[in-house]
Amino acid sequence: MIDRRTLMHSAITLAASAAAASLSSKLALAETVTLPFGNGERPLVKYPQKRPMIGLTSRPPQLETPFSVFNEGLITPNDAFFVRYHLAGIPLEIDPDTFTVEIKGKVDRPLKLALAEIKKMPAIELVAVNQCSGNSRGFVNPRVAGGQLANGAMGNARWRGVPLKTVLDQAGVQAGAKQVAFGAIDGPVIDTTPDFAKALDVDHARDGEVMLAYAMNGSDLPMLNGFPLRLVVPGYFGTYWVKHVNEITVLDSVFDGFWMKSAYRIPDDDCNCVEPGTAPKATIPINKFPVRSFMTNLSDGAKVKADAATPLRGIAFDGGSGIKDVAVSTDGGQTWTPARLGEDLGRYSFREWTSTVKLSAGTHELKVRATSNDGKTQPLQPLWNPAGYLRNVVETYRVVAA
Amino acid sequence: MKRVVITGLLCATILSGLAYAPSMPKAKPISYQLPEETAAFKPGPNLEVVQNNCTACHSADYIKTQPRGPKFKKDFWHGEVMKMIKMYGAPIDKADVDKIVEYLSQTY
Repeated sequence: MIDRRTLMHSAITLAASAAAASLSSKLALAETVTLPFGNGERPLVKYPQKRPMIGLTSRPPQLETPFSVFNEGLITPNDAFFVRYHLAGIPLEIDPDTFTVEIKGKVDRPLKLALAEIKKMPAIELVAVNQCSGNSRGFVNPRVAGGQLANGAMGNARWRGVPLKTVLDQAGVQAGAKQVAFGAIDGPVIDTTPDFAKALDVDHARDGEVMLAYAMNGSDLPMLNGFPLRLVVPGYFGTYWVKHVNEITVLDSVFDGFWMKSAYRIPDDDCNCVEPGTAPKATIPINKFPVRSFMTNLSDGAKVKADAATPLRGIAFDGGSGIKDVAVSTDGGQTWTPARLGEDLGRYSFREWTSTVKLSAGTHELKVRATSNDGKTQPLQPLWNPAGYLRNVVETYRVVAA
Repeated sequence: MKRVVITGLLCATILSGLAYAPSMPKAKPISYQLPEETAAFKPGPNLEVVQNNCTACHSADYIKTQPRGPKFKKDFWHGEVMKMIKMYGAPIDKADVDKIVEYLSQTY
C-alpha cells in the first residue's frame, strides 16, 4: 500500500530532521503532566502545527489533547487535536499537487483522482467526533497493555470533503461488492509488519456521510492528522478514519487484513464486555462509539465555594443517534437532575450541557450521565474488555465545597 | 534480527553524517519536521539486545508508559514480546526473547 518512493523520502527526511533538530533547540518542552493513573507521567511536547500536547510516544508520534481544551468550546482546534499513528513509516513530505487517490478492485472504471479533482467535486461538511478506540485505556481496571491514554484521545471538528459515495459511484461499484478497503501512504518500518489498512461494508461506505475529507475546521488537515486527505467515518472509532488515504479497493469478500481480522476487536455479546481478566468467546470489529459524557469546567479534586451557585459545564456524544438528555448527580448517583442541552451541531458532534448546583460545605461526588436518542445510557460501573476499548462509565468528580 | 540491526546502523549513519537543512524553500510540497526523539531505554541487563531488537520500529516510550506493578512483570512482558513477533512480524531471534523479557521485567 505504501509508495516506496515516499517511504524512502520519509526515512531520509526523518533522519535529516533529527540531525537538524539536534543542532538547534530541543523541541520537547521540559514540562511534564501526570495523568491520574499509575505511571501516568508524560512530557508536554511541542510539534509543528500543534500547541503543547501530552506526549504518549514519539516514534511513531502519539499525542493526547490536554483535557482543559474541551472546556474552551465545542470544536477542538486543529492545533490541539489528538494524534495517533500505528507504524513509524509516516510521510514527512507530501506534494499536494502530485498526490492521488486510487479507486480500484470490483469497479467498472478504476480511477486515479488528483487532490484538485476531488476538491472540485460537490463538497459536504459535517461536525463529527473522532475518538481513539483506546481513549481512556489508562483508567481500565485491571489494566491492560496498549497506549495508556487519559480522556484526551478524542476531538470534535467540522470536516469538509466529498462523500465517499460520490467517488465510488464515479468508479461504478460492481454487483456483489461486499466491502471497501482503505490503504494509506504511511506504513511499517519492516516489511513483515502488516501495513495499516481498514475496511467498511459497502453500504456503509456509500451512506453519503462517510467522507474523504481534505479540510478540518476551515483549514487543510494538519500533517499529523492525515494531510492531504483522510477518511471520516462519523460515529465510528478513529481506527477507521484512515489518514493520508491514497488507495480505495472495492472487494467482493470480507477484508481479511490484520488490522480488521486480528486487531481492534471487541467481544461479540450484548455489552461488548467480559468478566475482567477473561477472554471473550467470539469477537467482532470495533464499530460505533458508546454514549459518553464529561464535565469539563471542574476536574476531580476541584474546590468550589460552599452554598453558592456553582456552574457546571461539559460535553456528551454518542455514535450518531444524538444526545437525548444529560443528568447530573451531586450525591454519588442516588438522585439525578436534568442538565440543559446547548447548541446542536449535529448528531455526530459533541453536545454541550450546563447545569448549576449549590453544594454545602464538604466533599461531594458529582456524576454526569448522558442518554442517547437510541435509548442507550452510560453504566455506573465500568465494563471491561481485554483491549481496553469502549470505556464509557459514568464519570465521577470529587469536588470540595468550602 | 539481522535486518533490524542493519536498519539501526543505517539510521545511525545517516543521523551522524547528514547535515543538509530540510527547510529548503520549496513552494508546494509540505515538509514536516518531527522534534528530536528524547525517550531512551533505561540502563539494565541485556540493554544492547533490547536496543537492537526494539528500536527499529518504535521509540522507548512505548515500553516506559506501560502499566507497572507485580502483575506487569515476566508474564506480561513475555506476552508483549511474543505479540511483537507473532502479530507485528518482529524478526527477533528465539535466543533473544528471554533476554529481552529479563531486561523489561527487571527495568520497568
